[in-house]
Amino acid sequence: METTAHLNFIAASYAAAVIIIGALVAWISLDYRAQRRALADLELQGFTRGSGPARTEAVKEAAKEQA
Amino acid sequence: MALTDLANPARFLKFANSTIPWLSGVAVLAFAFGVDQAMIAPDDYQQGATVKIMFLHVPSAWLGMLGWGVMTVAAFGTLVWRHPLADVAAKAAAPIGAAFTLLCLVTGSLWGRPEWGTYWVWDARLTSELVLLLLYLGVIALWRTVDDPSRAARAAAILTLVGAIDLPIIKFSVDWWNTLHQGASVFRLGGSTIDPTILIPLFIMAGAFTLLFATLLLAAMRNEILRRRVRTLYLLQASAAS
Repeated sequence: METTAHLNFIAASYAAAVIIIGALVAWISLDYRAQRRALADLELQGFTRGSGPARTEAVKEAAKEQA
Repeated sequence: MALTDLANPARFLKFANSTIPWLSGVAVLAFAFGVDQAMIAPDDYQQGATVKIMFLHVPSAWLGMLGWGVMTVAAFGTLVWRHPLADVAAKAAAPIGAAFTLLCLVTGSLWGRPEWGTYWVWDARLTSELVLLLLYLGVIALWRTVDDPSRAARAAAILTLVGAIDLPIIKFSVDWWNTLHQGASVFRLGGSTIDPTILIPLFIMAGAFTLLFATLLLAAMRNEILRRRVRTLYLLQASAAS
């Protein structure tokens, strides 16, 4: 009984790790996609940074898809 | 590429894009090996199988503190050297450090219930760790409150430097006060009190957690640089429209 109860605490700990780290990885990955998409949209509209490359990889990919 | 070259955001992005894929792969392999070693490690003679929680709890506690340490160095970079990537690193590290601190508190609570008979007690170690989480949430809120990134960076840097006082308090809380939490058992004068059959898997897991932290920090810094580029272009768009 006691061993089973302790196993529940161990399982809950590893589940918490998967949930917290998984959420962190997902949030960072989704944020990356959102920023790339926003950057590509703006650059397609002709807004580019003077100091940066005029056409990023994201813009090139988007241009290829439109072609 | 020299380390100083990474001060340039464009070069940093190139470095991050080439590093993140293989670093994340190494982190996954390290976790697979670490979890395997943790599962086959023997039970503790007193705590039994619950010692397996230590393989999550201790590394997450270290990385929660490392996160604030990274932010403290970055705060100096922002306030003293005005390093271009310092506030990017500080902002990126905050949610990652907060997540590891939260994991430390959750796993500690789940470890405390079978060992101490309670999920929580207001002793110095637990309370100072909770203060660290609240500091993380405070600095994240501060970043979100101030719209101008450079102004937010200075305010966050000051809060970070003040909050760094909590790091030695966490570390030495078990020495300075009587706590329910056990004293130092890994890094201590006279050597570790943990048997190598448990200590080695702990170090492997700590290495895996550190690789994950480095990967996530690089990825979050890349996001922040892109976010600032997007912000600049939105401002350009707004000025063109007006």
